[in-house]
Formats: sequence, structure tokens, C-alpha cells
Amino acid sequence: MAGLALLAALFPLDHLGGYIHWGWVDISYANAIVVALMVIVFVAALLAPFPGHGRRKESR
Amino acid sequence: MKRFRPDVDAPEYHGPYAPYDIIKEGTIAFLVVAILVVALATLFGSPDEQAVTIRTWSNADPIDFATTALGELNGTTITAHYGAPYNHGSLGQELGPLHLANLVGVTIPVNPIQDFIIAPLSSVPNDHPLRVALAQWHAAPRAERATWVARYTRAAAHMTWSNGHIVVPATRTGPLGVMINSLTQMARSGALDQALVTGHGFYTTDYTKPLLFVADGTYFANLAKHQHLLGAQWGMMNETDSYPGQAWLWLYTFWYQVPPFSSSPNADVQVWAIMMLASLLLLLVPFIPGLRSIPRKVRVYRVIWREHYRSL
Amino acid sequence: MSSPDIERQWTTRLRHRVTGHLPPEKVLPDTQPAYVASWIYVFGVTTMVALSMVILTGFVLAIRGPLWWHTSGVGHYVNSLHLWSVEVFFFAMVIHLWGKFFMAAWRGRRALTWVTGVVTFLTSIAAAFTGYVSQTNFDSQWISTQAKDGINATGAGSIFNVLNLGQMLMWHIVLLPLVAVILTAVHVVLVRVRGVVPPFEDAPPEKP
Repeated sequence: MAGLALLAALFPLDHLGGYIHWGWVDISYANAIVVALMVIVFVAALLAPFPGHGRRKESR
Repeated sequence: MKRFRPDVDAPEYHGPYAPYDIIKEGTIAFLVVAILVVALATLFGSPDEQAVTIRTWSNADPIDFATTALGELNGTTITAHYGAPYNHGSLGQELGPLHLANLVGVTIPVNPIQDFIIAPLSSVPNDHPLRVALAQWHAAPRAERATWVARYTRAAAHMTWSNGHIVVPATRTGPLGVMINSLTQMARSGALDQALVTGHGFYTTDYTKPLLFVADGTYFANLAKHQHLLGAQWGMMNETDSYPGQAWLWLYTFWYQVPPFSSSPNADVQVWAIMMLASLLLLLVPFIPGLRSIPRKVRVYRVIWREHYRSL
Repeated sequence: MSSPDIERQWTTRLRHRVTGHLPPEKVLPDTQPAYVASWIYVFGVTTMVALSMVILTGFVLAIRGPLWWHTSGVGHYVNSLHLWSVEVFFFAMVIHLWGKFFMAAWRGRRALTWVTGVVTFLTSIAAAFTGYVSQTNFDSQWISTQAKDGINATGAGSIFNVLNLGQMLMWHIVLLPLVAVILTAVHVVLVRVRGVVPPFEDAPPEKP
């Protein structure tokens, strides 16, 4: 069915992936990307300016 | 007044408040996450490698299957000398003086010879040579069975697969030739898959026996090695194909890579003990002096609350 | 019944306790202390909405049973949604945990909030694990036969049999999600009761 074919992944990761070997470290690219993104997002969350402040109400 | 402990007590806040719409925040967060998940699922999909059956295993590699079946008979497979909770094949792993599994005992009984070999073969109907072979096996004293198995095992290095039969150049092995061949035929037909799961009557959801049997062979482990899933390959956090896996298990799988655990026969219980301890440490961070001071000393909070400190 | 009698009722006392700790303006506050001004604060709610995505997609997978997704394009797509919700869930939860650690968010009688958060994290790991072993494919075969050794070695394998699909599926779709959701609810209530942790007081660095 054409409708179902649309649900197939556009870039399926259904092939064997690469691995980073470094000493006894052995991590798949996919996991390495996830971990790196986590660190990047964490640092970005700390550094990025947060919108909307400055509209302060008086203390209560 | 009690002394103020900066890592335990929080200062009273008397500063200003700002509007903060948590329902709007939650709604936006839901939409963002939903869009992200739909995008990831649409772009990358998800893996679904077909399960290995005993049928596919024994057709792909009949010699490995027959060798594994023989291993169950001569007691060299993982399951044969597993110990608790499956059997009394060994005392199991030890943590100091404690064999934890053994203390709890055998609660999921698996007798590889009976459950993987004899019981399935006994369920085959209308096979006269097999019935004779099983009768011979049952009638033989333990020592004679052991002699047959030993002779067959010695010749098994020269096992071949020819004309749809397992051939082992050994004589005076009693019923073993018929038994191993019948089991291999049964496996190749798919009947053994069924025979191993129907241990509880008509319905079952318990795959303990076929999984243990499949995992005893090298075929299964070779497929996993190809997919980079072995324990020594940080396999616990990996996924089939190129998908991200359970990356959050990194610390658990890390210990298996480094000495002394990488070569310890008790690595599983040792790593579990460490992880229990690590989890407890994480849980009790607020109560552990030193540990709970780290955030104050590394001062990342100065970045998080920079607006606040600027306004002071 | 006289009013002192009513005041002594268990129901009345429970209501007073609940509304005392959690008046409506604490349940749904419309302002936050001005120091709540960082993107790091969004990862708690992100974790929660990702959890709700995990549960919603799990509901859809449950409708036609555990094998549906192997044979249906729609099912496989829903499985993909389920998998990526889980990845986003853990991604957000770990960043949330890092953020709360560096804020020392347990200060000011908030230790129980931290503890419930960590227990939720550990429960989620178990919930995800039981999902991985309930996939009914090669991955679940391999993960379960590997993980059995660790769990058996602790003695827990005698009641928690990772090779028993029915048992693992029940833990995955009933017991562990229920615990995770209840813990999350308790965690959020505690955050609302105690409020968001204030910054450290700006003291000069400690003298050596």
C-alpha cells in the first residue's frame, strides 16, 4: 500500500554502523553522537540567554 | 539558631518574582518533543532484526547445532554448568564468600540433558530407530552413558555434515549417533522450537529453555559479534544496525571492559554490586558530606543563575 | 453534627493538610522567583512530556498486541515513535539530572525531591530494559540471554526471569510504568510544595 510505504523511514539506520575504538573505549557512532549531543545541549542550556526576564513583578 | 549549612540549607529568597506560565511552557514542550519524535521516527525508523530460531540455527550451521547438543550431554555448555537458578551444575558466581544465586536456590529448573534432548526426542512419534535408541539410553547405567558420550565427544572434532546427516567417525557410542541425528532433524524441521516452549501445556509465554539452548551455541554469539553486541564490545549499550542503544548503561558496561572485571569469572555479580553502590551514592548525594559540596565548589551555578547574581 | 466534630473528621483533616501544603497558587503558580531564568529549567518538563509520548505510543502498540509491529508498516512506525520517545526521554532526564546536581537542588528540605528523582531514573532504566527484552526479535533474544547472567548472579533471577517473555512484558507495560508515573507525580508535587531551589548565597570563595 502506498500509504504504508510513506511510513518507511527516509534514512533507515538498518546497516551495520561504525565504532570508535580508543584504548578500551569502544562506542558506536550513534551512541557517541547521542552522548555528544547531550553534552552540547547541556552546555547550550547553561549559556543561551533565557528570554522573557526583565518583566519583573514586585516581590511579595 | 542552628548553623547554616550551605550544602544542606537554602537561603530564604526575598527577591522579585517574574511571570512564568508553566501550562504554556508544558504545552510548547509537548509540541516540540512530539515534532522531534515524529521527525526522528520518520527519518530513521527503528531496528527489527528477526529472531533466531533453532530451525534457522540448525539449517544455517547443523554442525554447531549438533556440537551444542553434544555439549549439553557432556556437560560443557553454559547451561549445563550454570548452577542456580537453573540447576546444580555449579555454585555460580561468588561475591566474597557468598554465592547469592545458590543461596536462593534452583527456582527455574532446567536440566539440559532431559529438557533439551531426551524430552523432545521422546515426543517424536512413529520413529522406530529413535525409540530403540532412547530405550537403550534409558536402560544403560550412568557409567555406560558417560562412556558413550566420551567416545562420541573425542571424535566430534571430525564431525561432518553429509547427505543431510551428522557423521562422527566413532564406534561403540551406543544410541548417541541416532539421538544427535534425530535431534538435528527435529531442529531443522522447526519441531524442536515447539517442543522446547510447550513445557507448560497449550499456552506459554516462557522462552527460558529455547533461549538458553540457542545461547549455548556459537552461531548466536557470532551473529551478536557481527552486530557488535558482545559484552566485551560494550554490547549492553549497543543496538542492532546503526541505531543508538541504551547509552544510559554506559557505566554498567564500562566495568566489564577494565581489569579486574574484564577477566573475572565473577564479573557479573561484582559489577552489579558496584552498580548498586553507585546507585546508592547517587540517591544519597544530598546526605554525603563532600559529594554534596561539589556543586558549590565547581560553581557551575554561577552560570545558571548569572542574571540573579548580576542583579544583586 | 457540630462543627468541631466535622473538623475532627479524617476527611476534613486530610483536606486541610493537602490545601495547607498545596494551595492552588502553589499547584499552578503564575509567577516564579526571578532567578528561574535559564534554559536548564525546561528539561524537567521536557522529561515529563517525553514520558507522556512514551506512554501514548505504548498505548497504541498495546492495542494490537506485542507482535503487531513486526508485520504492519503502521505498527513499525509506532514502534519507531516509541523508541525515539524513549531516547528523548532519557536525553532530557539526564540533562535535568546534571542541571539539578549543579544547582544542588536538594538544599532547603528538598532532599526527598532529589531521592524520588533518582528512584524514578533507576525505575525508568528498568522499564526501558524490560521493553528491550520484550521486542520479540533478535535484539531481545540477545539482550535477555546476556542480562540474565548479571541478574541471576545477584539472586534476583530466581523471581525476575528475563527469559520469560510474558513476565517481562507485564513488568514493562503494567508494573514499571505505573511505578514510574506515580514516582513522577510525587516528584512533581514535592517540587510544587517546596518551590524551586534558591541560588547559593553569594559568599566569597571559602578560605583554604
